[in-house]
Amino acid sequence: MSIKIGVGDFKERVHEELNNEFMRGAVRGAQERLRIKRLDEAEQLGNWEEWRSLGEEIRQHVLNHLDYYLYELSENVAKRGGHVFFARTSEEASQYVKEVVQKKKAKKVVKSKSMVTEEINLNSYLEEAGCEVIETDLGEYILQVDEDHPSHIVAPALHKNKNQIREVFKEKLHYSNTEKPEEITAFVRKHLRNEFLTADVGITGCNFAIAETGSITLVTNEGNADLVMSIPKTHIAVMGMERIVPTFEEMEVLVSLLCRSAVGHKLTSYVTAITGPREEGEADGPEEFHLVIVDNGRSDILGTEFQPVLQCIRCAACINVCPVYRHIGGHSYGSIYPGPIGAVLSPLLGGYEEYKELPYASSLCGACTEACPVKIPLHELLLKHRQVIVEREGKAPFSEKIMMKAFGLGASSDMLYGLGSRAAHSALKPFTKNARISKGPGPLKAWTKIREFPAPEKERFRDWFKNREGGKQS
Amino acid sequence: MKVSLFVTCLVDLFKTNVGKATVELLEHLGCEVDFPESQICCGQPSYNSGYVEETKDAMKHMIKTFEHSEYVVAPSGSCAFMFKEYPHIFKDDPIWEPKARELADKTYELTQFIVEVLGVEDVGAKMEGKATYHTSCHMTRLLGVKEAPIKLLRNVKGLEFTPLPGAHLCCGFGGTFSVKMGPISEQMVDEKVSNVESTGADYLISADCGCLMNIGGRMERQGKPIRVMHIAEVLNHRG
Repeated sequence: MSIKIGVGDFKERVHEELNNEFMRGAVRGAQERLRIKRLDEAEQLGNWEEWRSLGEEIRQHVLNHLDYYLYELSENVAKRGGHVFFARTSEEASQYVKEVVQKKKAKKVVKSKSMVTEEINLNSYLEEAGCEVIETDLGEYILQVDEDHPSHIVAPALHKNKNQIREVFKEKLHYSNTEKPEEITAFVRKHLRNEFLTADVGITGCNFAIAETGSITLVTNEGNADLVMSIPKTHIAVMGMERIVPTFEEMEVLVSLLCRSAVGHKLTSYVTAITGPREEGEADGPEEFHLVIVDNGRSDILGTEFQPVLQCIRCAACINVCPVYRHIGGHSYGSIYPGPIGAVLSPLLGGYEEYKELPYASSLCGACTEACPVKIPLHELLLKHRQVIVEREGKAPFSEKIMMKAFGLGASSDMLYGLGSRAAHSALKPFTKNARISKGPGPLKAWTKIREFPAPEKERFRDWFKNREGGKQS
Repeated sequence: MKVSLFVTCLVDLFKTNVGKATVELLEHLGCEVDFPESQICCGQPSYNSGYVEETKDAMKHMIKTFEHSEYVVAPSGSCAFMFKEYPHIFKDDPIWEPKARELADKTYELTQFIVEVLGVEDVGAKMEGKATYHTSCHMTRLLGVKEAPIKLLRNVKGLEFTPLPGAHLCCGFGGTFSVKMGPISEQMVDEKVSNVESTGADYLISADCGCLMNIGGRMERQGKPIRVMHIAEVLNHRG
């Protein structure tokens, strides 16, 4: 399992990231821009809620018939001369890719951005096999050169600023120009051009595979994926097993939702669908095509209460509206999948032991659920995780269990509530000054660390109501 | 019209004035207000912490408490929404699901009730000052009540109403989130406070006491002069 990034526990990572002023400014700015652009595009398209429902319906339909569509997809890829490999685990997937690369005696591999290849830790597998792996998405390339991790699933280097990037390139690649994005980009572009032309194998992810035709679709703004899959002699596409649509028609709906939700554009610069290797008479394309379909825990999610998380089309709209991500950034999550989607997905793919804090790193404000273009009830799934942690995993702290048990009793018995609530005023009296509590005991301590807490009123509302003239009780 | 008040435990214990204002406002609008005394808490704190089974007794208790009511009105979007959740929580329980649904269907948040059921948009309130309004996440996103409080506030005489920048952002309360994830909650409430300050408002109004305790408690600690008020108190203000 290799979705894990970073060191330390959740609290330590959060502490560190909260002090990263640059990252926080960058995230705030990006969230504001992307949110407004996304809402504008949704408005322009019109009937956004109907589009979302359609997206949800397509994704649910595919998940409910995933066996059928996986079979159809693999048959059609094979018909067009492609090779299909089903990988049950991350290791099986990486191993297969490594074998293909070794069989081709490849020295150099170029890659376009792909979360699933991050998930299966593909780069280190290939590097161990003596292969040079080059990321060609600008953000991913920056991270690769700096040996850093992605902090966002669409804009992986969101946490870095242009000055930092310039320093990295200066140190590692002898870059000598300014920190202007245009100059840095031109430098990388020139550098990568040569890599594309000399690579033996190209590896891409897959935004959507089309079952009916055996095609894969890639959505980018930089066009790098098109070079990755058309110049090298061998193309390997790696996809999560759930990323299928029945036909081009559904692909169009999901691409419309994806581009608007991810970057607030009607379309990205490049949306490419390719079908199998180069055929006779075609001008370009690879001689060999492999499709690696990765399970890695996904089939365990199917059929459970968490199935809706597999509807995800990796647009990051939930991340871009999350008020928690806004402050702690991507690296705090300790997973390549950050934000609300990461908080739901990471415990499922990486286990509760590693990711038990993530479901609590949410105020359950529902902004994620509202933004999701395929209607994943993200905040409800976070609640379900909490329930699993309490009931099945037994990982809730003992003191919390006692407190919640007491709360449950108090909240279901008039007598206990009456006793407790009447006692509250006197019990907290020693801590009260000017009707407020500045240094609270027990669970109030964390609250009063930064805020005042109101002292319980001497007369409860119910007492007032009972005593008032004309008040009615039942 | 007979209305049963679900006052919420925060109001019962900490914000008595909000409860009083709610009763007076509803009576002013011609409602007969009843307070079923056996009501306690909707169970949200433990439910949202993952203790679903432990919370069911509390929920059943509330269902029984309001069984006889025609309308249930709460001065809280979040707590009213919790009642709306009950039928989903009891979805596999053939006995309690229908009872839970009945309660959910007759439950309203206060401003929603005034605008949607009573059909009133001007309650005749009067209050001088500049105010901004914090939309609570549960009320707007989950309960889906967005317009009602704004309509009512815009008709309060003397009140200069200013929109709050970054209104879509959570204030960082989130129930137990505020203590469990203290350092994150702190950053969220600080951003909210600075947005509130940027409006130059004298009053911060909201329809949820949880958010108000959070934002208000932070502003108090920092010595900010902005006063927080529950919307019931504003609408019950007659100058």
